[in-house]
Amino acid sequence: MSTNLADPTRLATPPTFQSVSVSRRIKNGIATGLVWGAFLIAIIPLVWVLYTVIQRGFPVILDGDWWQKSMSGLLARQQGGGAYHAIYGTLVQGLVCAVISVPIGIMVAIYLVEYGGRSRLAKSTTFMVDILTGVPSIVAALFVYTVWITTFGLGRSALAVSIALVLLMVPVIVRTTEEMLKIVPDELREASYALGIPKWKTIVKIVIPTALSGILTGIMLALARVMGETAPVLVLAAYAPFINYNLFDGPMASLPLMMVNERNNPTQAGFERIWGAAITLVVLITLFNLLATVISRALAPKTK
Amino acid sequence: MKDPVVAKRPARPGDTGAERGVAAAPHASEAPIPPTPEAPETTKAPHVRPGDRIFRGLATGSGVFIVVLIGAIGLFLILQAIPSLGLDNVNFLTSREWNTTDPSNLRFGILDLTLVTVVVALLALLIAMPIALGIALFLTQYAPRNLARPFAYVVDLLAAVPSIVFGLWGLFVLGPVLFPFSEWLIENLGWIPLFAKGNVNVQLGGTIFTAGIVVAVMILPIITAVSREVFERTPTMHVEGAIALGATKWEVVRTTVLPFGKAGYVSASMLGLGRALGETIAVAIILSTATSSFGWSLFDGGSTFASKIALAAPEFNDPRSAGAYIAAGLVLFVLTFVVNAIARSIVAGHKEYE
Repeated sequence: MSTNLADPTRLATPPTFQSVSVSRRIKNGIATGLVWGAFLIAIIPLVWVLYTVIQRGFPVILDGDWWQKSMSGLLARQQGGGAYHAIYGTLVQGLVCAVISVPIGIMVAIYLVEYGGRSRLAKSTTFMVDILTGVPSIVAALFVYTVWITTFGLGRSALAVSIALVLLMVPVIVRTTEEMLKIVPDELREASYALGIPKWKTIVKIVIPTALSGILTGIMLALARVMGETAPVLVLAAYAPFINYNLFDGPMASLPLMMVNERNNPTQAGFERIWGAAITLVVLITLFNLLATVISRALAPKTK
Repeated sequence: MKDPVVAKRPARPGDTGAERGVAAAPHASEAPIPPTPEAPETTKAPHVRPGDRIFRGLATGSGVFIVVLIGAIGLFLILQAIPSLGLDNVNFLTSREWNTTDPSNLRFGILDLTLVTVVVALLALLIAMPIALGIALFLTQYAPRNLARPFAYVVDLLAAVPSIVFGLWGLFVLGPVLFPFSEWLIENLGWIPLFAKGNVNVQLGGTIFTAGIVVAVMILPIITAVSREVFERTPTMHVEGAIALGATKWEVVRTTVLPFGKAGYVSASMLGLGRALGETIAVAIILSTATSSFGWSLFDGGSTFASKIALAAPEFNDPRSAGAYIAAGLVLFVLTFVVNAIARSIVAGHKEYE
């Protein structure tokens, strides 16, 4: 029966269809060309940037010293040394930020999906998360500066940087977690309630584990985004060319800060350090992105 | 045929009000029920378990925390900006001067910063908007189905590149490449103020022109991602209807996808504008600092709010000078807040995007 309906020769006798006029065909062709062109234009800067970073930075990171040494004791024009201190700073600041942001972000998402409903507080929270997403990193850094340094009189430190990064990381985690919690089927929750399990235990043991792969992916992506932020480290931490393990005190390097610092170094050594740090940062971020993909593949729920 | 109720109502005019009220009441009380379909609420437990109470408190507290946080950002910036604003010896809003080296004689105004910030952001938006529209259409309508996802991933990769890398690329690689083009524009179109010879050395590439292009690249992913999401929700019925009427691919897009997604695209562009206004380190690296003030040329240098603060940040020593920058940060915060709020309200007004 359906084949009869779909049979074009029966329904459409030749006069019904007229060929598309030339002007319409030309317009269609131009539009198609423009749309493809737009995509190709966007690829150019991406490839160009990556090519620049790889071409200039790759020889630098091939040296084993780059990963094992700091810039301690080196003059601006002296080649050699490494970015060990800056890699440590970037990773530690990012991880501390994640340790603070993840619980807050997940709890906010739980509130929005499981408790908030359509209450006024839930609406304003959603709105504020949106606003927080758009807060420029320099404003977040200034805010932490006003609280941490001028109000409480504490010094610049890696911890202050991590706190500023929290402001940038929380909204990303909230968004992704919220999306993931929303797609957990209500049947799972209801089955749990039917067994007399309290709501909080249902959320912790049923809802979160189901959404876990998506949540972890979101966290990894947020971490990757936060590690490349430069404005907070510029405002809230001083650069140290040597390793500093202390999160709470003293200057600490990070890859973006190292690049900003070496920008004023016109020598060949400065050039190498800038692009070496750039490719290291890109590699780190790529690793976290890959990790996100791997996690989401490995932990994805097997059900449909 | 006449409904007896309709005939009855005017016959008892005194009762109609009460009757209507009664008739309307069940409807009014019915409406709020569907929004809360939470299953556990129906099994009204006699007592709330302590675990539930604590967990609920934690979750609600986190929600409140976010709201308070935004308030705190505004509050702290205002509190710390006020003393310095009081010490300002020139008009904060209309002065082009920015001199905070002597804390006892602060002279700072944001006119130049505002103009440079807005011009960089608008240039970026002007470049990014059509390209992002094209990409979003490409990814949702034109790209081969099995390639659309990897292509979208490639565009998202642009967002993964740190802004400082974009900045270094813009200054050291793109700037020199743009120089012949900039020079040509200045020579041939220099009579237009926008293309006049600016207040910095064009050869170094540290112009608003370069910064605008780099920022455009950086805001492409966000505009594309949000527009794409909206375009994907175009009702299939509309698209199929257009196809059935014999529309070409472009006509399908023009008559169904674009009208449906227009508000979403505008909102996406506003989000992009918000990003462009607040873009910090790439602009700070690219723009050369100018000695004279902004003269409406794309080949001027200068500073945006964000780049001014970022470059001065390591030398925040005196709270009075720092306050001047915090005041600038406050203006930037308000600016991005307004732009983002408008963007969100545009989408919120369209239920079909849900």
